[in-house]
Amino acid sequence: MAKVRFTSHLVRHRPAPTIEAEGATVAEVLAAGLAGDDLLRSYVLDEQGRLRKHVTIYVDGAVIADKLRLSDPVAPQSEIYVLQALSGG
Amino acid sequence: MATLWVGSRKGLFRYDRSGSGWLSAGPPAFLAEPVSAFLDDPRDGALYISLYHGHFGCKLHRSDDRGQTWVELPTPAYPKSDAPDAPALEFIWCFAAGGADEPGVIWAGTLPGGLFKSTDRGQTWLLNEALWNVPGRDRWFGAGYDHPGVHSICVDPRDSRHLVIAVSIGGVWITRDGGASWVIGGYGLRNEYMPPDQAQTPELQDAHLIAACTADPDRIWCQHHNGIFVSDDGGVNWRESLNVKPSNFGFAVAPHPTDRDRAWFAPAKKDEYRVPVDGRLVVTETRDGGVTFESLSNGLPQGDAYDVIYRHALVMDGTGQRLAMGSTTGGLWVSEDQGATWLLLSAHLPPIACLTFAP
Repeated sequence: MAKVRFTSHLVRHRPAPTIEAEGATVAEVLAAGLAGDDLLRSYVLDEQGRLRKHVTIYVDGAVIADKLRLSDPVAPQSEIYVLQALSGG
Repeated sequence: MATLWVGSRKGLFRYDRSGSGWLSAGPPAFLAEPVSAFLDDPRDGALYISLYHGHFGCKLHRSDDRGQTWVELPTPAYPKSDAPDAPALEFIWCFAAGGADEPGVIWAGTLPGGLFKSTDRGQTWLLNEALWNVPGRDRWFGAGYDHPGVHSICVDPRDSRHLVIAVSIGGVWITRDGGASWVIGGYGLRNEYMPPDQAQTPELQDAHLIAACTADPDRIWCQHHNGIFVSDDGGVNWRESLNVKPSNFGFAVAPHPTDRDRAWFAPAKKDEYRVPVDGRLVVTETRDGGVTFESLSNGLPQGDAYDVIYRHALVMDGTGQRLAMGSTTGGLWVSEDQGATWLLLSAHLPPIACLTFAP
């Protein structure tokens, strides 16, 4: 299962421990990992499921390419980092 | 004891008035988080605060113990859509408590251009589809932001189903059936930023704030982008106040709760500048329904002042004696005598978005 780690900036507002979830894409991993925690989900995605404008996601060291549908592939051992984009500061 | 809530760019501050005067209650709640709207519900004492995190979006919290602890709630959300440009909540611009006969009802005005209703103290929200889809809505546009926003919600204390709201930019809208249907008001408002043949178009009016006299809710005041206007019929028709000195431009208006002819404004040099006229910060007051105005400056900075007063940052309390005013440069003043004299509480707060006296 892929691991999802959250920036400490987010943890300041919501409990966001590292989660493990299955999925073939970033969208699938986040959907599985954030199921049941709509408030935490709302810090990462807007109500349309789009990545927030000033949040960014790295998968195994590379920033994702598809910020609209989060279709970037994820491997079973992938590490996903959810970070604040400096543009939002 | 009186309490003043101060919603700022860096959190929610509280000031309390005891026998020795006004004192800060200490560091703010939500330190470092920008506050966009605040409500102290007079029906049950609940507090509602909206934050807009730079990275993580708009958030909503409620306190049921007067601010000692807070619980996060879901925010209003726009209907799900697969369109790439589907609307999503940018921030909540204002709250309004429903009527005394509607416990738990909270209204929220949002960007982009939405009015949401909760019937369960903010636990769930529903977009008012009738307003969202109202004919003419495609003519609304943003003013200072990318999208239009609802910043004023007046709930009629005589009839909770009667609401008057205002949109920047989208005019004044009225419902008499609790939001099931809407008609436009704002006849007589006038803008100068549109071509002359569009200057009177109701849907294109930029009312910066509308606020009603509590005791006479048909008397509504409007600080408009292009001047000060008064309505005597609940926002349908308006007349303009002329020759307002030092300026008819501004964002805020604070009506007297019982004297329909009195209201206070915070003027600024008109729209391309948005600073106090000649660097002198004043409040203007009318006592005759907007015919004449007097400048009040005792206790306010009279040189090199660049304080701008946002639309929700000039307020009067329920007694009609006390005013509070907060500025974009972190100045906070209170008047205990209807604006005749002003006391500076702080010159060093973060930019102030909204002020609220505890009921």
